[in-house]
Amino acid sequence: MRRWFADHWVMTVGLMVLLYLFLPIAVVAGLSFNRPSNRLSYDFNAFTTDNWTNLCGPADLCDAVGRSAWIGLLATVFATILGTLMAFALARHKFRGRSLTNLLIFLPMATPELVMGTSLLALFTAGGLQLGFVTILIAHIMFCVSFVVVTVKARLAGMDARLEEAAMDLYATPFQTFRRITLPLVLPGIVAAALLAFSLSFDDFIITNFNSGNTVTFPMYVWGANQRGIPPQVNVIGTAMFAIALLLVLATNVRRRRGARVA
Amino acid sequence: MTTPETGDLRITNVTKRFGEFTAVDDLTLTVPQGAFFALLGASGCGKTTTLRMVAGLEEPTTGEIRLGDRDITRLRPYQRPVNTVFQSYALFPHLDVFENVAFGLRRRKQREVKGQVDQMLDLVQLGGFGKRRPAELSGGQQQRVALARALINHPQVLLLDEPLGALDLKLRRQMQIELKRIQTEVGITFVHVTHDQEEAMTMADTVAVMNAGKIEQLGRPAEIYEYPATAFVANFLGQSNLLAGEAAGQQGSDVLVGAYEQRFAVPAARSRTQRGPVFLGVRPEKLALVAAGAAVPAGHQSVAGVVTDSSYVGVSTQYLVRTGWGTELAVFAPNGGDAAQLAVGSEVTAHWNPQHAFLLERAPGEGDQTTPLLDSPDTVVGVGS
Amino acid sequence: MSLLTGVGARPVGAPGSDKAERRDRRRWLPYLLLLPGAAWLFLFFVVPTIQLGATSLYDPSGSVTAGYAMTWEFSNYPDAIAYAWPQILRSFSYAAIATVIGIVIGYPLAYAIAQKAGRWKNLLLVCVVAPMFTSFLVRTLAWKTILSDNGWLVGFLRDIGLLGDDGRLLATPAAVILGLTYNFLPFLVLPLYASLERLDYRLIEAAGDLYASPTRTFFKVTLPLSMPGLVAGTLLFFIPAVGDYINAALLGNTNTNMVGNVVNSAFLSRQEPPQGAALSFLLMAIILAIVFAYVRRSGTDEVV
Repeated sequence: MRRWFADHWVMTVGLMVLLYLFLPIAVVAGLSFNRPSNRLSYDFNAFTTDNWTNLCGPADLCDAVGRSAWIGLLATVFATILGTLMAFALARHKFRGRSLTNLLIFLPMATPELVMGTSLLALFTAGGLQLGFVTILIAHIMFCVSFVVVTVKARLAGMDARLEEAAMDLYATPFQTFRRITLPLVLPGIVAAALLAFSLSFDDFIITNFNSGNTVTFPMYVWGANQRGIPPQVNVIGTAMFAIALLLVLATNVRRRRGARVA
Repeated sequence: MTTPETGDLRITNVTKRFGEFTAVDDLTLTVPQGAFFALLGASGCGKTTTLRMVAGLEEPTTGEIRLGDRDITRLRPYQRPVNTVFQSYALFPHLDVFENVAFGLRRRKQREVKGQVDQMLDLVQLGGFGKRRPAELSGGQQQRVALARALINHPQVLLLDEPLGALDLKLRRQMQIELKRIQTEVGITFVHVTHDQEEAMTMADTVAVMNAGKIEQLGRPAEIYEYPATAFVANFLGQSNLLAGEAAGQQGSDVLVGAYEQRFAVPAARSRTQRGPVFLGVRPEKLALVAAGAAVPAGHQSVAGVVTDSSYVGVSTQYLVRTGWGTELAVFAPNGGDAAQLAVGSEVTAHWNPQHAFLLERAPGEGDQTTPLLDSPDTVVGVGS
Repeated sequence: MSLLTGVGARPVGAPGSDKAERRDRRRWLPYLLLLPGAAWLFLFFVVPTIQLGATSLYDPSGSVTAGYAMTWEFSNYPDAIAYAWPQILRSFSYAAIATVIGIVIGYPLAYAIAQKAGRWKNLLLVCVVAPMFTSFLVRTLAWKTILSDNGWLVGFLRDIGLLGDDGRLLATPAAVILGLTYNFLPFLVLPLYASLERLDYRLIEAAGDLYASPTRTFFKVTLPLSMPGLVAGTLLFFIPAVGDYINAALLGNTNTNMVGNVVNSAFLSRQEPPQGAALSFLLMAIILAIVFAYVRRSGTDEVV
């Protein structure tokens, strides 16, 4: 018994911590099926699927979700392009100013969102820029770029440079080498970076809160609704986000495992 | 050296520097068309850099590389009729075996891809493996895919960068024979880079031994082994006992050498130098042992010593014999069935036929060089103090 | 796009100007690739930070509508500290306590996944990240429900006597710290996992073989070898935790406000941007100082 405990306590503690991580998710999922007794009550009252079928019931909720998705998409596209180009420069070229560039990429990840949000607000105010969709987008691209660079760079660094040499040796021009070898092999990294960028943008509150003006994204909606009483549909969105992302991750994992077994 | 033929690979005065470091130092070399040529050397000697310059993956700092009468020095890799079998193969992991082999054909927009690929896969005995991914293949199979992927393009020169390095011993032997068979079959010039002297000698018809960016010696394997040009070659290719001495010039057909208050003679035809500091070299298997005081065959030369170690390895017994001045000589006595084992501590005379000795230049101040028995640290009993 | 392959950008063929041209292109290529992203980061990270510093020195007597005059008002800093020192202290102490709790519960989790999980490794790793798929705010609001006065948790703690009959969890410092720990735990676990995953289990066995007790093995072998991950993880946890004000706003009360709450209100409700900027700038300076001191002390430069 003592031996069993000695061997398994780490795993037991680990699983309990995971339980702690999942507790709120269970609550969110549960509340998504709740018919609240009144607007400010978050206790489980009665089971209903109304929240799922009547998703856009609360005024502006679906607009906010759509706006967040749209901003997320645009920010992802821009940040992925900018970040991927930078990752290629850093992984494949020698140049002066490399450490300065690395610092420029590292700092946004090491700076609290509070500081970045207020800095941008200070800039936009000083520049007389109208706060809204555009300022949110600018901010989101900015904080996503660094994460894209790091993700894509890691993938590039893990790639055997001899594969590209082999392609060139086998009569592939630089463009063909990129198209046939480099791109297919780096693509998983770029996709992962894009997914990360989207989730960062979709979920961002602090920076957006400072720079949104009157534009309401999904996190802004939740924040505002907190004062008036959260509609249970918010929990539906939370549960759906969780489920979709989990399915995506599991699907790629299964695919990779199948690939690994074939491989 | 040879008259330029249409397909000879000629490297002329090529130097490659990486910053301060000179990887290849004023190299000049001709590989005749159709040869199986090995570049042999320890890691960092410049052999892989030389190969990469021929492939176009590195650009020489100075010098010229010609293929036949065509200057290819500054052509991009994809513009040269040269293909490479990379170290650990560099097979494209996201393409199956068929597409890996077809890669070069497709880039050159060739027709009849399927027929050629199938034929090539048959040549390397991988028919039916086309749909597999590289990661599903064993090391030996991957090696053959890499070979097929290069050969299918009918390059004028095929470069092989340590192609067998990742295989286990048995498979390596098998592939050595296989590679030779394929080379004879397709008749393409093979340039093979390796650090394995046995591999170089088994496979190549010409071997170039490289050291510190330069070629130390070039020739047929037997030539190099029997009459090495430098102390480096003598010890890199097999083992040698090199005794430090002073040559006193030619007398008749011999060069006279004084070492450790003894006088020796080496045929002038086997002497790289005739005067000044020299190494007198004898291979361990060319040395024979007799008990002290016993007769030495006529014409042989000898040194006296004491057996300090004896290892029975089946085909031979390998002895260490400590000379009067403290150097330990390696002696391989073949297992002919009649010679008795000599006990450690026996006083012996080691003798050799002067026709088997060789004389090399020695830098002043350099002492004896012998190779430790069996390369294994626990059998080394204080080499040449 | 062909410009992206480094190996492709090598000078070619003909001598003279063509070659020089290619060399030139190769030299400029990385800068070309970097330009858009670096320009974006410069314009919207570096310049705003400078502007934040400038704003922190504005004359505080201005207003948002009338504008602010740049008067190099360094007194904004002592004024801001005098105004918000309890919140500043709270930010750092809450974040520090949360970090320690995070290490205590995150280390076993990372270790279990890295060394004990076997074929379940990937699934468990997904489980660590999965909670973050749900919106940050929604998760924190769920904690509000869990910790609420008439929730099952408070009821249970009251029943077993850990909480007094009118004791509560919501609107206490404990709730804020719990929220911080919860929200940033994955940032600590992931780098730690990466470090522990690389750790060769035979080293631990070797230590046991050489008469080290499990405790000694942990402190002499496992912990030092996982240091890079631990350093990176604590920074990734601590930095956002210090700047966070959502947990304090949703799970705490006015007595648990952190510096972020003050900055937020300075900019968005009290209309005192110079004060908010001063606090924000100060926060960044302190964090940078801590990061550099910490990284240097722990002797790991691999954090970046």
